[in-house]
Amino acid sequence: MQQFLNTALTGLTLGMVYAAFALALVLIWRSTRIVNFAQAPMAMVTTFVALVVIDAGHSYWLGFVAALLSGLVLGAFLERVVIRPVEGKAEINAVILTLGLFIVLHALAAVVFGNRYRSFPAPFGLEGITVGGTTIALNGFGIFTIVSVLVVMGLLVALFRFTDVGLRMRASAFNQEVARLLGVKVGAMLTLGWALASLVGSLAGLLIAGGGLVHPSYMDSVVVFGFVAAVLGGLDSPLGAVVGGLILGVSLSFVSGYVGSQLVALAALVILMLVLTLKPGGLFAQAAERRV
Amino acid sequence: MRARISSLRDHVLARHLAAALLGLVVVVMVLESVSDYRNTQLASMAYLGIAAGGLTVLTGLNGQLSLGHGALMAIGAYTSALLLPDNESSLPLSVVVLVAVVVTLAVGAAVGLAAARLHGPYLAGATLALAVAVPGIALYFKETLGGEQGLRVVMPDIPVWVLDAVFFVTGQDLTRSRFTAYVAWLTLIVVFVLLANLGAGRTGRRWRAVRDDEVAAELAGIDLGRARVSAFMVSAAAAGAAGAILAFTVKLAAPSAFTLTLSLTLLAAIVLGGLGSLAGALIGAALLTFLPSVVTDIGTDAGLSDIQAAELAPLVYGLVMVAVILLAPAGIVGSLRGALLRARARRRTPASAEPPATGTTSGTGTTTDPHADTTETAGTTPATTSKGTAS
Repeated sequence: MQQFLNTALTGLTLGMVYAAFALALVLIWRSTRIVNFAQAPMAMVTTFVALVVIDAGHSYWLGFVAALLSGLVLGAFLERVVIRPVEGKAEINAVILTLGLFIVLHALAAVVFGNRYRSFPAPFGLEGITVGGTTIALNGFGIFTIVSVLVVMGLLVALFRFTDVGLRMRASAFNQEVARLLGVKVGAMLTLGWALASLVGSLAGLLIAGGGLVHPSYMDSVVVFGFVAAVLGGLDSPLGAVVGGLILGVSLSFVSGYVGSQLVALAALVILMLVLTLKPGGLFAQAAERRV
Repeated sequence: MRARISSLRDHVLARHLAAALLGLVVVVMVLESVSDYRNTQLASMAYLGIAAGGLTVLTGLNGQLSLGHGALMAIGAYTSALLLPDNESSLPLSVVVLVAVVVTLAVGAAVGLAAARLHGPYLAGATLALAVAVPGIALYFKETLGGEQGLRVVMPDIPVWVLDAVFFVTGQDLTRSRFTAYVAWLTLIVVFVLLANLGAGRTGRRWRAVRDDEVAAELAGIDLGRARVSAFMVSAAAAGAAGAILAFTVKLAAPSAFTLTLSLTLLAAIVLGGLGSLAGALIGAALLTFLPSVVTDIGTDAGLSDIQAAELAPLVYGLVMVAVILLAPAGIVGSLRGALLRARARRRTPASAEPPATGTTSGTGTTTDPHADTTETAGTTPATTSKGTAS
């Protein structure tokens, strides 16, 4: 029973991170119809930025902020310079481009930061919290993970619901032509969308890295989990991405705890195939599928 | 004579077989004249070429991406390794390759049926998951699949009749690595002939129709899902054959050989060569084989450590991939072919006073390529399908 509870708790914490990553994918998918596979190395690069700041003797929080800011800048830069020329062209070109970026960022990080495992600090204790004499698998950093993802999600909801910029971003995601006719600077909104998505991705990267090891490829499996979570939620819905992330996190945690950690990625693949076969529109799809 | 040549031109199968025969002659000449080390290198080029050939058919002709061809190769390689555990195994290599193809085909069918029926990035995502998942399987089933160390592959002795035949033709004794290189390149030729034929026939036409316009293809009576799944399965089968050849060449099937990077560099190879072109796939495979040592040497000369210099090759692939998509989306073969056709059109126009419709494109050049067959995937298809329609 205790193991069951602890596995579920670990899964919930991980699920929050997957949710954040899925949210980053969904933000970009909604605005530009691109699945940004380069999200993983982008988050990896910003985490290394944080590591460099922290290793230079500054506090964890300065590194944290530096990573988020560099995520913002990196996302805006990549959209404006690399992705913009292929927007609206054949979608396969955009995907190939993100994969090219994937390789480039990967290799650059390996050259600049070194192709080895480095430990990443955590701002809070990694000891499990004791409740009524038993230690549960939820530590200070886990709570921080959950809270920070919730805060970011709340901010995003507030941005999209209650601000003028958010309305414009939704308009340009919904229909570029009409938004442009109504005077929305669609290009700027797309850049902003990428920047925000990259920021959320960076947060996920930092949360995965905390108290663990980082390596140029440490986020590679996370992009898969993020994608599966996003597809679970329908790829188009931010709320769906969050729920999908939590479901996936808990399921994978059980696979890892009761079967074997090597099979976690396989379990994600199986879940993805089941969803695509049974409910390709995601778990919450109501409307009829778009034909072709 | 002239009539016969033109009939050869019209007859697709004959043309492909003639090219294959020519290729075979070149292969024999090259493999006989280079050292054992180069033979092993050329064998690696062959398996990369086979996998890239399968991938370029999927991406170039059907417009779908697979990020999991490395994982599919792993399935082919592990199948071969399980079939060739020691010297006693009496299975001929051709049977081993066939079994590897069938097993990979089965896995490809499972993934393809789930993902390839759908529109959009689903196949790319599912194959990415496959690429990340497969190494874990080898680690989990340590007893049968050898865990981190992998499985050793023991090549059977070269059959006597092959030794005799090669000695009769070339007058040289056949070394083991040269034998492997022959097996690799023969497989490549067979796979390429099959792929080229499939791509030129009715199946290939359906794939292209689905790629270019889903609505029109469906109106023409093409089953979109079936076309997509069949393209993916053919592509997976090629990857399985490539995996088997990899196992023969490296004599080891280990998870570290089948990282996500392998899948992505295969993609880089076909993008660089030109999507949809088998010749482009071969050029890409040659670059994957021979570029790393050159780039790494440049890196170490520039003062980088060995580990850092080893990362320069993927860096170059990635940069080239981005540059090709942004600047010359048709790749090497496609761009050359386009330039050739433009030049030909320009030469013809003043002489025979054709209607300007065919000639004008050559003036502007960049945006409308007269040769639709190579630019297809590249930037010229207007994206009418994906934007703004989903709600």
